Amino acid sequence: MAEPMKIRAQMQGDTADIKVLMNHIMETGLRKDAKTGQMIPAHFIQQVNVTVGGKVVLDAQWGYAVAKNPFLGFKVKGAKAGDKVVVNWVDNKGDKRTDEAAIG
Amino acid sequence: MNQLRRTFLKGTGAAGTVAVAIAAGLLKPGQVLAAEWNKSAFEAKNAADALKGVGAAGAAKSADIMIKAPDIAENGAVVPVEVTSKIPGTTEISILSEQNVNPLIAEFTLSNGAEGYVSTRIKMAKTSNVTVAVKAGGKTYIASKEVKVTIGGCGG
Repeated sequence: MAEPMKIRAQMQGDTADIKVLMNHIMETGLRKDAKTGQMIPAHFIQQVNVTVGGKVVLDAQWGYAVAKNPFLGFKVKGAKAGDKVVVNWVDNKGDKRTDEAAIG
Repeated sequence: MNQLRRTFLKGTGAAGTVAVAIAAGLLKPGQVLAAEWNKSAFEAKNAADALKGVGAAGAAKSADIMIKAPDIAENGAVVPVEVTSKIPGTTEISILSEQNVNPLIAEFTLSNGAEGYVSTRIKMAKTSNVTVAVKAGGKTYIASKEVKVTIGGCGG
């Protein structure tokens, strides 16, 4: 089971500054295991979805070349303090994770 | 058109619900397709095909797209990239590293007040242009910035 994400969401004027740190290995599928010589199978987040106050603000599709333990930062205009930020991801093996935080 | 047909045939030929769903998405654009992972674009082997895959082939260069990335990245496994699009009505931002085995790294769709700004960290195989494609008001724009990589980050 995947580790929880860290979500930080803060108002800056009328814009919410949201930063998300996910816990994921983001294996490319291009690396060889040094001991066995076998290719390490790809394992990476493919889709990320973020809602603020129940509305979808960001929908992302990722390849394996997003760095390990992915960081995602974005800004949402018109959000309010107290709005709930919900972040979802799904990886190529069907693992998923949902975490939420309130805008502070 | 030909490309679409070929993808469709490949989809129906393969077993499994995902392939069927993709094929169905191609028949009804905008319904199922939007939720499916853009496999053909992410598996494209060169930047031109990847740009085509995100619908940004032949995009115009724009000075209103700012790419903040290091000039020299010592570690290609973690390269911070910050994209700011000043083009009004930016709805989509795609990030590519042209010399990666599969250049397309990420595609972000923004809505409901999300600004034309994305910050993330990417892997780069070697020194290359980081190219950003932006979709705004039905048009596409691109911008590039070279990042020198001393140690590659895509294995091998």
